[in-house]
Amino acid sequence: MAFIDRGARSFLLWELLSGMALSFSYMFKKPVTVNYPYEKGPLSPRFRGEHALRRYANGEERCIACKLCEAVCPALAITIEAEPRDDGSRRTTRYDIDMTKCIYCGLCQEACPVDAIVEGPNFEFATETREELFYNKEKLLSNGDRWEYEIAQNLLADAPYR
Amino acid sequence: MPKLTINGQEVEVPAGTTVLQACQSAGIEVPHFCFHERLAIAGNCRMCLVEMEKSPKPVASCAMPAADGQVVKTDSAMAQRARKGVMEFLLINHPLDCPICDQGGECDLQDEAMAFGFDRGRFQENKRAVKDKNFGPLIKTQMTRCIHCTRCVRFATDVAGVSELGATGRGENMEIGTYIEHALTSELSGNMIDLCPVGALTSKPYAFVARPWELRKTESVDVLDAVGANIRIDTRGPEVLRVLPRLHEDVNEEWLGDKGRFAIDGLMKRRLDKPYVRVDGKLTPASWAEAFTAIAARIKGLDGSKIAGIAGDLVDAESMLALKDLLTGLGSTNLDCRQDGAKLPAERAGYLFNTTIAGIDQADVVLFVGTNPRLEAPLINARFRKRYLMGGFKAAAIGPSLDLTFPVVQLGEGPEVLADLADGNHTWIETLKGAKHPMIVVGQGALAREDGAAVLALAHRLADAAGVVRDGWNGFNVLHTAAARVGGLELGFVPGAGGRDVAGILDGAGSGSIEVVYLLGADEIDTSKLGKAFVIYQGHHGDAGAARADVVLPGAAYTEKNGTYVNTEGRVQLGRLATFPPGEAREDWKILRALSDPLGHKLPYDNLAQLRQRLIEVNPRFAHVDEVVPADWVAFGAAGPTGAGPFVYPIENYYMTDPVSRSSPTMAACTESLRATVSQKTGTNG
Repeated sequence: MAFIDRGARSFLLWELLSGMALSFSYMFKKPVTVNYPYEKGPLSPRFRGEHALRRYANGEERCIACKLCEAVCPALAITIEAEPRDDGSRRTTRYDIDMTKCIYCGLCQEACPVDAIVEGPNFEFATETREELFYNKEKLLSNGDRWEYEIAQNLLADAPYR
Repeated sequence: MPKLTINGQEVEVPAGTTVLQACQSAGIEVPHFCFHERLAIAGNCRMCLVEMEKSPKPVASCAMPAADGQVVKTDSAMAQRARKGVMEFLLINHPLDCPICDQGGECDLQDEAMAFGFDRGRFQENKRAVKDKNFGPLIKTQMTRCIHCTRCVRFATDVAGVSELGATGRGENMEIGTYIEHALTSELSGNMIDLCPVGALTSKPYAFVARPWELRKTESVDVLDAVGANIRIDTRGPEVLRVLPRLHEDVNEEWLGDKGRFAIDGLMKRRLDKPYVRVDGKLTPASWAEAFTAIAARIKGLDGSKIAGIAGDLVDAESMLALKDLLTGLGSTNLDCRQDGAKLPAERAGYLFNTTIAGIDQADVVLFVGTNPRLEAPLINARFRKRYLMGGFKAAAIGPSLDLTFPVVQLGEGPEVLADLADGNHTWIETLKGAKHPMIVVGQGALAREDGAAVLALAHRLADAAGVVRDGWNGFNVLHTAAARVGGLELGFVPGAGGRDVAGILDGAGSGSIEVVYLLGADEIDTSKLGKAFVIYQGHHGDAGAARADVVLPGAAYTEKNGTYVNTEGRVQLGRLATFPPGEAREDWKILRALSDPLGHKLPYDNLAQLRQRLIEVNPRFAHVDEVVPADWVAFGAAGPTGAGPFVYPIENYYMTDPVSRSSPTMAACTESLRATVSQKTGTNG
């Protein structure tokens, strides 16, 4: 009987039709691709993207130059120099991240006692030259200013699990 | 020898040790903060509590003498509970500011809290806050962090000998301070930073600069005085960030003077980093080849007797030997390493600290002649004070009145008193004669005079008259102020046959009979007397010598070269390279080796090993690193009439004595603070 069944299937182009039906059924389903860069996929609050140095609400930079991130960084991407500021507080004079070395492991933000260095949700920071990826303190602080709302929301969302 | 049982282990310890030390000798760690083996016992941190049989309560092991038959348990439930409780109490008022604390990473409290503490706090009330004190330009205070171990107070009172620190108030209101706010006046104050188990006292110049884990550590020796304290140089990249003392029982124990510790920021300032040649009266940058050509053009064909060399105070033995070999090759015998003109003899016993620094512990009577050890060698002065605290110690001094942190009988000011003593016309000679282990310490203030040789002969006569040198004890000492001095004398960097000494060289330069003067890091001479001589300065700082020079050759400072130094006892020690010399500067012996080629007297060594071999050839004692070879007691000095006038101490300002400390902003701040204290004393407040 098997040869009749096989003969009927091949005579009636059954495989072709079932394939066409599958293709056709996807025309009524929601597409999984997004129209990047006009559309973007969802990101976890724990997403580890571009680094940023945050400030307190009063504008004071959070980083206190404790150098724990520099110590923990497995790729040795962070360089910090510090000295007392005029008011006697401990601040960095230099905070560099070599983004070409960084492996985005997130240990720096884990180590930070004041939530100053964070990996924000931004992943679109490709540059034309290599030099642009050597971030300095100014760049990191401006990242922090730009992404502060998103970063704060992410930290809030993640807070119960920390 | 009490025998006790610690954690079931039988331990026998020398009488007089504490239970805590007995535990340490058995290899058992007992946490502690206030206990320090070189300080008096206080027993006030309570961290070292252990359980002891037949004692209803835990015992503070640091304050309990070890006795026969004690049974000690260091990690029983009772001891652990007690420690946990003490740690919780200590942390009640200690701020949680480790991230901004400079002690972080090398903090006793941090380590002990990790090992013995509890992982959360139960203290809900407000923590106390204490106003920071001003301890001067070297020590930064953050008194809220203080746990009242009183190590600093005990150090200041006992070791440094300045009773300026103390605790006021009781319980929670207790504060460590200077009573009346003023900078500490000790030359050893930096050691309190090392002693402080928390971050209450930290180094001001090093504030927030680096973390301990970032630093590369190099073991070396200090050359800013003649004691040769063993140090550890902490560097990051090309910069020397701090200097810490290293343990050496026979030299510095574990202390270090403030100059050796804090003058290092001078190593980054006013450095010579490229060769200079004087063109039309102005020093202009040049290449090494141009500088060498300029020197060769001046020296070639010149008679050796018209060339002279003076070695400075911070120079290593290797470069002095290279310069000596070079100048000898050129036919010159005008060599001197005694910039201050001290009449030091060629005989070893006449220029060494023969008793050795460790030997001070046995001395019972000491006579200082023209020396102020507190400023010239604070670590040796601390040894004398330690000896004084042991009791049965008498000291006298000849020279202007001084404050040595222990009582000193002032016998007079000038050499005539020394003559009286030697002739037996002074009653104090009986004290010296009656002593078991008498010492005479002759300083550069007594020798760097016109009549220096006569004073030295007089001191020798006194030593013989009072029996200061006897079997197994040599109590005759010369205290140096320059790290290079003894090394130079051991090498024979002194005028050869028919040669001139420093005064002779300067006279010759003035009159024109010396035409070329080679200054190897020599800055303490009167450069205005160099007249029209062609001056070559090889050194690391743009100081007096470089300002007068016609050719400047940039050399390496003591942290930037492998060099041999001989301290005032005659102990050969090795300094090691921690960073590289800046710019085009090179190690000093290499410069001399390179220069010897165009001058036509190529030196026969191409690497440091060969040079050290030559050093040992010249003087076999250089092979005995870190050993003191005793000197034979022979006659030295030149008997003759001594001049009048009091001895003048060579160092007036401890903080600025050499090119490195003169360039250091920290030392400048100390000088400023010293001036402020002095002017306060002479003001209307008495």
